[in-house]
Amino acid sequence: MVEWQPVILSIKVASISVLFVFFLGVLSAYVMRSTDIPGKAALESFFTLPLVLPPVVIGFLLLILVGKQGPIGILLTKYFDIQIIFTQSAAVLAGTVVSFPLMYQSTKAAFEGIDKTLEDAARTLGASEWRVFWTVTVPLSWPGLVSGLVLSFARTLGEFGATIMIAGNIPGKTQTIPLAIYFATESNDLVTAGMYVIIISVITFSIIFGLNHWKGKNITLQ
Amino acid sequence: MLTVDIKKKLSDFTLHISFTAPNKTIVLFGPSGCGKTTILRCIAGLLKPDEGSIVSNDTTFYSSTKAIHLPPKKRNVSYMFQDFALFPHMNVKHNIWYGVKTPSQEANELYEKLITLLKIEHLPHRSISQLSGGEKQRVAMARALMAEPQILLLDEPLSALDAQSRYELQDELKKLQEIWNIPFVLVTHSPEEAQALGSEVIFLHQGQQVSEPPPSWNMNGNGKTTRSSFQYFY
Repeated sequence: MVEWQPVILSIKVASISVLFVFFLGVLSAYVMRSTDIPGKAALESFFTLPLVLPPVVIGFLLLILVGKQGPIGILLTKYFDIQIIFTQSAAVLAGTVVSFPLMYQSTKAAFEGIDKTLEDAARTLGASEWRVFWTVTVPLSWPGLVSGLVLSFARTLGEFGATIMIAGNIPGKTQTIPLAIYFATESNDLVTAGMYVIIISVITFSIIFGLNHWKGKNITLQ
Repeated sequence: MLTVDIKKKLSDFTLHISFTAPNKTIVLFGPSGCGKTTILRCIAGLLKPDEGSIVSNDTTFYSSTKAIHLPPKKRNVSYMFQDFALFPHMNVKHNIWYGVKTPSQEANELYEKLITLLKIEHLPHRSISQLSGGEKQRVAMARALMAEPQILLLDEPLSALDAQSRYELQDELKKLQEIWNIPFVLVTHSPEEAQALGSEVIFLHQGQQVSEPPPSWNMNGNGKTTRSSFQYFY
């Protein structure tokens, strides 16, 4: 029997995650592009790390950081009385961290594709850096930003390894579609697992199809 | 009045230029790679010179001794880029209005005046991709002047145009300079353009000002360089 709760939770977690990922990805790409800080190459590698490390390793590291005995976990409990581990917030955190490199890389590539003369033109017309960013940089890199958002959403929707490490599998609370598939298969409930597989496949296919369609239309318009 | 006296080390040579631009068109003339565009970028604030000063009327844009380097937005210097740098995601009207800080009746009047002078009244709602080279040049000019600059910098403003548009726009540039009465600093590697537009021509060779044309340059009876003298640069 298919429960809709994992589907709703997966969409909720992915939606909240992409909000964080959008701001973190755009901010990081902008800072990396416009400043020449020491250790830039090391930072760049660090930002890409979640893409290449196994998700379970990311989950383990997050557990060490935000777990009850972890440095961030202790601070959150002490000052805000918040516990992240085994909550939906943990699922959002896992989704944000694993999908961050996709948003960062897409944004970075989009920013690099912009003709810098256009930004200089805006500066000489009296625009502040903030105005240049919102009226020239962002609109011109919009297709790349949307790609990053969509890929991040799809990645978070399919997140398993890091999520199970820090959010666990609590049906009705932290069980997302991938977790529901795994545990249904483990219980030999292949019909339920198969239904979830179809649902997540349809959702992700629709998202990627929609993105490609939008991009195609956009390119034709340009 | 603009006074420039700067040095900047470039990869192949050190750029050193010193000139005063009254409210006329000053042409910086020289071959590609001699540092012309670098000078414009330094005046606009997009590049920082290594030493010297740039002063416009009473405002110091840059001074190495006083450690002043105003950002571009505080200089009130408009820059017309070689490829016009019009914003492709905005229509003509939005491009022209980009540099206006607060819309006002005066700004509206200036806008109407500019689009009439530049003969682009029919273009406001067109997208940039629908414009010809000459139209782009006119829109870029309108956008630059709409910001009410103290100085206008023009980087090879006519190089992307066909011969017919070039002749037309040369006259318009002269007319606009007379009306606005601010320093126009124009960069070109075309002898025809330099002669046609410049009230004063500054010759540049590998970042250095060449004040006395070498003997190999031919001079006409008025002491002015003739077209063949510009062959020096090629």
